[in-house]
Amino acid sequence: MLIGEVVGSVVSTQKDEQLASFKLLVVQVRNHANEPRDQYVVAVDAVGAGPGDLVLYATGSSARQTIQTKDKPCDAVVMAIVDSWDVGGANVYEKWSE
Amino acid sequence: MYLGRVTGRLVATVQYEGLEGVKLQLLETLDEDGEPTGDQLVAACALDVGPGDLVHYIDGREAALALPDETFVPVDVAITGFVEQAHVKGTLLDLDAGGAS
Repeated sequence: MLIGEVVGSVVSTQKDEQLASFKLLVVQVRNHANEPRDQYVVAVDAVGAGPGDLVLYATGSSARQTIQTKDKPCDAVVMAIVDSWDVGGANVYEKWSE
Repeated sequence: MYLGRVTGRLVATVQYEGLEGVKLQLLETLDEDGEPTGDQLVAACALDVGPGDLVHYIDGREAALALPDETFVPVDVAITGFVEQAHVKGTLLDLDAGGAS
């Protein structure tokens, strides 16, 4: 999985009918130092994430391993909302620090 | 599967159902010489690993099969075991170099 920040959402009324009712999020990828990378993905939301949340997303056929996305044309799914992480024992991100 | 080094851990209380209790570890990926490739991943893990540990990991849809309980979960990277030694092209890799701990 990769870490990313939810920076937006996609509204799409005309789409593959199998994608009906999906919430599509625009996720900007972060590295482990919590710096933005020049990479983004549009992912189906499976956990109720919102703008500003740091999330984990899974890609490829793993993205179809949810009840919502099973057998659907989906290759990225947000599957966790990040609370915190540390690298080498030093805290990098803490959701509830402010 | 590939070689990696554990660099840290990640906590997420809101997770897709079935992932409760699965630990999430930060990984840096290693090339066949044991050098970091620059890629950083987050891996699900059923083993008791910590920063600095050398591991092998699996990616793709098969990663979910490395988890102990629920395997129909959206996981695309999972740690599959510890690396004690690795021989590549006839030489023993110096896997202690560049550890995070």
